Amino acid sequence: MILPRPIRTTSFPQRTESDVTSVSLAAQQLSVTYTLAGNRPLPALGPTTFAIPAGQFVCLVGPSGCGKSTLVRALAGLEQPTSGTALVADRPVVEPPAQVGIMFQDANLMPWRTVLDNMALPLELTGVARDEREQAVFDLLPQLGLSEFAHAYPGDLSGGMAQRVALGRVLVRRPGALLLDEPFGALDALTREQIGLDLLAFWRQEGQTILMVTHDIHEAVLLADRVLVMSRRPGRLLADIPVTLDRPRAISDTYHEAFGQIAAEVRTAIERA
Amino acid sequence: MKGRRDYVRLSGRLFVPLLLPAILLIVWQIVVSLGVYPEFIIPSPLAVFEKFVEVLGNGRLLTNTWATLSQTLVGLVIGVLGGVVLGYAIAKNRLLDDVLSPLVITLQSTPVVAYAPLLVIWFGSGPTSKIVTSALIVFFPMLMNTVVGLNSVPASLRDLMRSLRATPWQMFTHLEVPAAMPLLLGGLKVSATLAVIGSVVGEFVSARAGLGWLINDARYNFDTPLVLVAVFMLAVIARTLYALVGLLERRMLAWRR
Repeated sequence: MILPRPIRTTSFPQRTESDVTSVSLAAQQLSVTYTLAGNRPLPALGPTTFAIPAGQFVCLVGPSGCGKSTLVRALAGLEQPTSGTALVADRPVVEPPAQVGIMFQDANLMPWRTVLDNMALPLELTGVARDEREQAVFDLLPQLGLSEFAHAYPGDLSGGMAQRVALGRVLVRRPGALLLDEPFGALDALTREQIGLDLLAFWRQEGQTILMVTHDIHEAVLLADRVLVMSRRPGRLLADIPVTLDRPRAISDTYHEAFGQIAAEVRTAIERA
Repeated sequence: MKGRRDYVRLSGRLFVPLLLPAILLIVWQIVVSLGVYPEFIIPSPLAVFEKFVEVLGNGRLLTNTWATLSQTLVGLVIGVLGGVVLGYAIAKNRLLDDVLSPLVITLQSTPVVAYAPLLVIWFGSGPTSKIVTSALIVFFPMLMNTVVGLNSVPASLRDLMRSLRATPWQMFTHLEVPAAMPLLLGGLKVSATLAVIGSVVGEFVSARAGLGWLINDARYNFDTPLVLVAVFMLAVIARTLYALVGLLERRMLAWRR
């Protein structure tokens, strides 16, 4: 079959000096089984095996309740594997690794802290001086579109803005890997598209490794180098689909045929789940 | 225009709460003027005011007010600290919760008035027994609010703090304390007025000074105006403490407005 437009090969974006050391993420026969009331076991995840090289942007899709969040939480050190290993920078995860930042579906902000203090929290906990951590936050605010909201409380923010603060909070520590658990799931379509592109811009600057859970195929193909598809609970890896689209990407890319083909491939894989 | 409207609204806010007391004062004077009740049952507002000036002048009022106020404050501080510390321990330790909670709930359900005489027997008729009564009456609501406050800390924020590798101490200072603060301050607000009750109950049982003692003393001498003066002073103390906690609340929970 002859394609009207050749599929372009993926080229990693040119990165301007970034002091972030990206780290690899991996799972080896990783499985998690929860214990319900009455000692009944609930297998939530896997055994799952995959490897994400440092600096890659990977999206994870799959039916709801298939263990995507569990997988992310295991990599973040928030969940103990029942068997197998979660690996960050080739080392088994036993407690939350310092090089990893996690972002949840809810903005999860502290309502008693201003935007500035919420974003500065990770630095505050590691003992960075006030001037220095506030400077780090003020450096991030314009790119997040939050310049005017430094002193606002979360109660005064829209859902999209709150999620931007949460993104700023995870970026301020400049982690080598980001684990994003459906971070834009609760936002409206236009807002999530914009915040997704903003995330891409940050990724181009910093080059961290990103593993992002999403239920939006469109979003996954637009953002990722690779899309992992998981089966129904207990989740296993079903498909590993490379996204061979040029970077930098823009919304207009979504109208190209190549985009549609990859999205269709992902959809087919999910339907087999 | 706006300034004028603000002025009207501000004077309204100051004036409206005074309206009802003013009406009550007038009704009170009318009832007395009708002469239905003898003066030693319902004295006139003027007689009460004269008594106020008299005991203020000879120092009796301030001596006894200070006695009650100091016991109340010391009891409040001890009770609040005790309640928060034990509340934290109970919220953190399942075993302690199982061992202590039934006892704590039973003690809380028992009226303080019932065991206040015991406290006087054990701690004497001086200030100590009143401080203990105040502290005990404050202790229970403070403990309960601490437990509820700590249990209300969202699990998702705990996860966030864990992912940021927070130490147990940072978990306490950066998450648990601020998250529980609304309930802690709510408990403190209730406690401030309860502490006054604790002092007065102790003084009713047996005392050598204090507004509760003054009320009892005046009652035996059919000095109803003095009873009213002492009650008025207690109301002022309790209301002031309540307002001070309210002020603290507005400062510390500014984010909720």
